[in-house]
Amino acid sequence: MTPRTIDSDAVATIVGQYDARPEMLVQILQRIVQQHGWISDAVIRQLAGELNLSRADVHGVVEYYHDFRTEPPGEHIVKICQAEACQAMGSRELTEHANRVVDQDTTLEPVYCLGNCACAPAVMVDGHTLGRVSTERFDAALAAMRGADS
Amino acid sequence: MSTIKVYVPRETSSVSVGANEVAVAIAREAGNAGASIELVRNGSWGASWLEPLVEVEVGEQRIAYGNVDADDVPGLFAAGFLEGGEHDRRLGPVGEIPYLVTQDRWTFWRVGLVESLSLDDFLLHQGFKALQKAWEIGADAVIDAVMEAGLRGRGGAGFPTGIKWRTVADAEGDQKYIACNADEGDSGTFSDRMLMEGDPFGLIESMAIAGFAVGANKGYIYLRSEYPLTHMILTRAIETAREAGWLGENIQGSGFDFDIELHLGAGSYVCGEETAMLESLEGKKGIVRYKPPLPAIEGLFGKPTAVNNVVTLASVPNIVNLGGERYSDMGVNRSKGTLAFQLAGNVKRGGLVEKSFGITVRELIEEYGGGTASGRPVKAVQIGGPLGAYLPAEQLDTPLDYEAFIEIGAMIGHGGIVVFDDTANMAQQARFAMEFCAIESCGKCTPCRIGSTRGVEVIDKIISGEERDENYDLLVELCDTMEDASLCAMGGMTPYPVRSVLKYFAEDFAPSGGAEA
Ligand SMILES: Cc1cc2nc3c(=O)[nH]c(=O)nc-3n(C[C@H](O)[C@H](O)[C@H](O)COP(=O)(O)O)c2cc1C
Ligand code: SF4
Ligand code: FES
Repeated sequence: MTPRTIDSDAVATIVGQYDARPEMLVQILQRIVQQHGWISDAVIRQLAGELNLSRADVHGVVEYYHDFRTEPPGEHIVKICQAEACQAMGSRELTEHANRVVDQDTTLEPVYCLGNCACAPAVMVDGHTLGRVSTERFDAALAAMRGADS
Repeated sequence: MSTIKVYVPRETSSVSVGANEVAVAIAREAGNAGASIELVRNGSWGASWLEPLVEVEVGEQRIAYGNVDADDVPGLFAAGFLEGGEHDRRLGPVGEIPYLVTQDRWTFWRVGLVESLSLDDFLLHQGFKALQKAWEIGADAVIDAVMEAGLRGRGGAGFPTGIKWRTVADAEGDQKYIACNADEGDSGTFSDRMLMEGDPFGLIESMAIAGFAVGANKGYIYLRSEYPLTHMILTRAIETAREAGWLGENIQGSGFDFDIELHLGAGSYVCGEETAMLESLEGKKGIVRYKPPLPAIEGLFGKPTAVNNVVTLASVPNIVNLGGERYSDMGVNRSKGTLAFQLAGNVKRGGLVEKSFGITVRELIEEYGGGTASGRPVKAVQIGGPLGAYLPAEQLDTPLDYEAFIEIGAMIGHGGIVVFDDTANMAQQARFAMEFCAIESCGKCTPCRIGSTRGVEVIDKIISGEERDENYDLLVELCDTMEDASLCAMGGMTPYPVRSVLKYFAEDFAPSGGAEA
């Protein structure tokens, strides 16, 4: 499971990597999400303090961007492209299928184009982009993803 | 036995269909056979439909094998793969694949050819020649060449690059910036990605030339977060260039300083709009700014900034090397040079096709794309991303020319061409256009923020047959308001795909509309 708390030392380290430059806020948040999966209220408070920004400012930025989840995600993250080129190749049907087959510890999210539109439909599984994803290939990718845990 | 070069792309599409597994299998089989091979990770040539496309160097030629699966590899070796042996997957010399040899590769000529992350390979293939020439001829001459080329912005708006650069060069201020827009949010587009993955040093050189031309010593790349492989490749290329003295202070003893900072986006489409991108680069919400002031005068951190798309920038080195006239000799009317078209969606042979302007949509879809993937008739083609109109089959003879597209209420944008077959329900596509605007609106203007949500509701009512005529009129009115009163093209052009559906595919709005009816 993704931890419900995010280690403040780890956040401080990331802030340090960006020399605590307030203009790096989006980069810092992105790094935190990549490493920890989400942004907690405690992180918002900590960042406001360390970057000398108001909490409202940090909160506003977190709210604005789709990547900045404010809830801990599941063990795995599966994003199915919902944009036009993938729609033309059956992403709506694939999404319905996915809704039926993914389990609780997998977070299913929409994404709008993975730049893999010539190999549509496209899916991203734990950060890896897959192409020409039929329902069979989707199921195989889920199985491989779970297999990687054990 | 001498070492044999085997090329396996490290490029998102190729990897997405198994290129890494193929590379592993090839290394294993070569080991078993006691053969000495060098695995070269290149970019994709752009024939995405043939990925994974691997090549083996035999004499002077590179023999291609297409749609290779890791399971095919033992059989390939048994068939003499390392000598270019005959096999079902064998396509022949890569230089003879019609899809590729008939292109006009001006900007993408190194993509696929070279090992993406090898600075040596880059230098062997004209790398940094144009930057050195720029230093020789001077900043003004570089801008003149770009003017003469007639290069226009490839990010979507088609603004003349030379004029933009001249404005930044002439602007007051000792600190100026280059901001490379690598947000590539439009569905159906991947040319920026392919360029960055296949020729990352080429982009670095291009940005340095831009910096030299306008007097900027710092460049930013704003890369969308949906491209993790691109991020890895760019990060490594920037480090390599810096270590070798091609970025940083006093580059190669020229006295010219230039460095690049790579930023990631965070899943916002509007952050591709240049002023929203600048806000995001400053660490803020990606809210669109009022213009004026133009970014060229007051851009990043209030300093003069040249914001350019990846492909725009990457078109410049050859303009410097070969002269602006060579570029402007290609293309038609005011659409000079080439565009890297991207064939996507329901198309048999999807991929990147760099061609001179003037080719028709039909030629691209039929001659390159080979028609639909499903084999069914083409119903609609969306060009220019989510804000682009849906063209009906009868408009496919329109030449790709910025002005010709404006005339039919469409736009070329970043050159993405998304094909739909006759099973598509265009009312659903119109609904999606509004929905996407509602999801992605930066919220600054009411027509965009509220109008799009209303648009979804109204379309739902039309589809379900509720007060159809009234709601139809309401939808047209909504489109008018969004078009007239939105600050940027997000709200201002979302009506384009919607109107095109109303105009050409109205039957899909029938209560049981669409092809299934
Ligand atoms: C909603 C919206 C999204 C945009 N997205 C992109 C994008 O992803 N990439 C891009 O280069 N330009 C994008 N643009 C166009 C930019 O605002 C700008 O015109 C461009 O980056 C300028 O560079 P160019 O002159 O080289 O094209 C977008 C514009 C709008 C209104
Ligand atoms: S049109 Fe939409 S996206 Fe553009 S500035 Fe207005 S609210 Fe923001
Ligand atoms: S539209 Fe799905 S990857 Fe581009």
